[in-house]
Amino acid sequence: MARLNLPIADYVRMYGPHVSDAPVHGWEHKPPVEKLVKTHCCFCGMQCGIKLQVAQNQVVGFEPWEEFPFNEGRLCPKGVKRYMQTHHPDRLTKPLIRTTAGFREASWDEALDLVVAKVREIQAKLGQDAFAMMSGVSLSNEKSYLVGKFARLALKTANLDYNGRFCMVSAGAGNKKAFGIDRAANSWADLPEAELILIAGSNVSECFPTLTHYIWKARDRGARIIVVDPRVTPIGRTADLHLAVRPGTDSALNQAILHELIARGWVNEAFVRERCTGWDELAASVASCTPAWAETITGVPAEQICRAAKMWGEAKTSFLLHARGVEQHTKGVDNVLSLINLVLATGRIGRKGCGYGTITGQGNGQGGREHGHKCDQLPGNRDIENPAHRAHICQVWGITDEQLPHKGKTAVELFEDIHEGKIGGFLNICCNPMVSHPDMNYARAALERLPFLCVIDFFMSETARYADVVLPGSLHEEEEGTSTTAEGRVVRIRAAVSPPGEARTDTWILLELARRLGCADKFTYADNQEIFAELRRASAGGTADYAGITWERCEQEMGVFWPCPTEGHPGTPRLFEDQRSYHPDGKFHLHPTAYRLSAEPPDSAYPIYLTSGRSVFHYLSGTQTRRIKFLVDKAPGPLCEMHPQLAAQLGLVDRQLVTVETRRGALTVPLAVVETIRPDTVFVPYHWPEALAANQLTVRALDPVSKMPEFKVAACRVRAARPDEATQARTLFAELRLEAPAP
Amino acid sequence: MNSPFLDFYIDPQRCIGCKACEAACSECDTHRGTSMIHVDSIDPGVSPQTAATVCMHCENPTCASVCPADAIKVDEYGIVHSSLKPRCIACNNCELACPFGVPKISIGLQQMQKCDMCFDRTSAGKGPMCATVCPTGALYYGTPAELAALRPEGHAINLWRFGMQEIRTRVHVMVPMGIDVLEVDVAEIGDGDATAAPPEASAQPREFL
Repeated sequence: MARLNLPIADYVRMYGPHVSDAPVHGWEHKPPVEKLVKTHCCFCGMQCGIKLQVAQNQVVGFEPWEEFPFNEGRLCPKGVKRYMQTHHPDRLTKPLIRTTAGFREASWDEALDLVVAKVREIQAKLGQDAFAMMSGVSLSNEKSYLVGKFARLALKTANLDYNGRFCMVSAGAGNKKAFGIDRAANSWADLPEAELILIAGSNVSECFPTLTHYIWKARDRGARIIVVDPRVTPIGRTADLHLAVRPGTDSALNQAILHELIARGWVNEAFVRERCTGWDELAASVASCTPAWAETITGVPAEQICRAAKMWGEAKTSFLLHARGVEQHTKGVDNVLSLINLVLATGRIGRKGCGYGTITGQGNGQGGREHGHKCDQLPGNRDIENPAHRAHICQVWGITDEQLPHKGKTAVELFEDIHEGKIGGFLNICCNPMVSHPDMNYARAALERLPFLCVIDFFMSETARYADVVLPGSLHEEEEGTSTTAEGRVVRIRAAVSPPGEARTDTWILLELARRLGCADKFTYADNQEIFAELRRASAGGTADYAGITWERCEQEMGVFWPCPTEGHPGTPRLFEDQRSYHPDGKFHLHPTAYRLSAEPPDSAYPIYLTSGRSVFHYLSGTQTRRIKFLVDKAPGPLCEMHPQLAAQLGLVDRQLVTVETRRGALTVPLAVVETIRPDTVFVPYHWPEALAANQLTVRALDPVSKMPEFKVAACRVRAARPDEATQARTLFAELRLEAPAP
Repeated sequence: MNSPFLDFYIDPQRCIGCKACEAACSECDTHRGTSMIHVDSIDPGVSPQTAATVCMHCENPTCASVCPADAIKVDEYGIVHSSLKPRCIACNNCELACPFGVPKISIGLQQMQKCDMCFDRTSAGKGPMCATVCPTGALYYGTPAELAALRPEGHAINLWRFGMQEIRTRVHVMVPMGIDVLEVDVAEIGDGDATAAPPEASAQPREFL
């Protein structure tokens, strides 16, 4: 039983999050900089180039890296202040083992041997798959690949999944269905070449601030912008057309736009007939999807839908971007396909200024989802159930087919299996479900009944508090490797410093566990570059082909775009230039996307749409950014955005504490009355844990194809907070600003 | 003229409110830990529009005109500097008089500190921290020709009128075509109605953080 032994406030006092305001040497005394390490930001999928200033094996500041072509020195506030995480007083520097009084420090031998003993004990009792692993794609390509191999060969479990399941996996599934490949179709260099940019469900300026530059560049050249979002985000403010869509109705909107494209003759007939499959079925499927029909579903006036269709239909060049806003639904894959249908119907792909792409959220959201991190996947974005794919990987890994597990469970299903007692042990790295799991109280209950949990992390994440063993791992700036940006560019990540105290690199920890599990012979890497060399061989011939990419090329060429099958190959910034997809038939596959309701639309008891999202000042579950004072000052905690009309109707005022309730939980936060949101919808950012988690409210319903949870739609009600709720909220909000004790 | 300094442009239309400029300003080696730039919400609750303000480096700086200690100097390149420490009496005149709200008195240092266009960086040929990191080009440092090439529709001006006071600044601001001077009304004292009744008390008690 892994219930917390102490009140949460005690863990916060001991392990943080504390907010820290100063570099490791303080503001007054900066030692002379010994070297500038050209690497990348550890946060979002843009992976901006940055130079870290290093002195005495410590990161002491940063300098913009103006030569790196994507961002040319530009950064967001998280990137600027990121260096303050490296030597943060909350860093874990010793292995920890759970006691009745919290944790005690342990030696590496004791901690690792305990993990290995538990793996053996649980697997002997409940079977191989009863020990599961959950990982994340803030890890480098090398670590992601290693995790995939480690879980299958060292843990010998089928049950490995990753936090992309909570991020963009619907986009990957949609891309594979339509294109036979999971990557943005173009580099961002095509954005400024487009005369129309359609942004669906992406708060670009807050989640990918540096990508905004490319959209402004397009605008400087006269491009027009359509933004589809229930809120007027900073990018939505400037849109030529903002479609304030009702949450969960994107596919209906897109069906109506397609209906109009067909009705007005704006379809590229030659392209859909010669280069696509499924056009007739698709066209028939939207015959009755008129703008008037869509207006009743989406809340977007028919006239605006017609205007969007006209802009899209008449454009000569265009770029369609989407992100979590359309993907995190029980019909996320359909939403994505309905957008791809618009791109393919007009045939604007594979050419200069004609682009499409999901904007991957996590640092290595692209590379991390390609090399065997997912429960159904092998390196090179291969299918774990495909005999030919299995054979290739078996040969690279030197194993027989019987030794390679088959498809495992997806993230939320793993937690369901914990509840059912099928999973008894869990190894968690780079993931913080106590913030990010939908219906978070369900995830907590799972952790509380889980017999054994081991967490590898650099800070005591809210999930790590529930662990039996916590192993202190490494940050992005503490290991050599590569990462793949959202545009498919493989870039070089440099180790600026070594992990502090007795913390070890994540790679060392995984290799050491593998050795103790008796698999040393399968993990004989002298360094991370050898892991990458094996990744190249393993990916060769797959769609995500890295065979021709070397660390040296990544450095010299400032990144190489995959697929890159040979060392002489220049890489592939733009896919589909031959107008062929990666399906065996070479065609682009169109799919009808019949509209259906979200899992939990509002009703009389819970009459308001709840949607969740992000702030520019925090990254994912906030384990890193909630510790940096500049960022915490700007966005200290969650809030609830509400339109003044709804606020007046409910008798609520700006900044008042309100309680947002769904069928699964309640959250007390300050109200932000803003005109920039639909009157039937409220918005809560999700970066905070436990009693401040927006995910206490979200619904644990999954897309049938991608198994992605529906973070973007739930039914809620909102009322004034009771005095006892307000008192608790004040305590929790005060805790968010707890300063680190002086060293 | 061999000025090592280029021109500085602010385009509020491009600002996304991310405050990377503010974060980066405090990383400048001459005033570590203190930001000299501020980002305002223009119409909170109504629009996400924000705008960053750096020192505008006026030709005839109001801050210097009102300084009783003659502590604020403009150099040969038009950069207005923080007050001279030996002269500054931290009287606050500059802080109160600046029409852009830029200078700030540091109580600890007993000195006025403000944006000096990253003098340590720009005098060495680098860009200022804020404009280098700005992810959207809302802050831009370069030559007029470079700007014109990047933003053919852009229109930069540097003439302001605050009531009766006309000010020409070294820093430019991007405005729609057809505008050559930015007129800013100065509120008359006594405009507000202090006798207006307070908003009606709510029937239910409200809780705040």
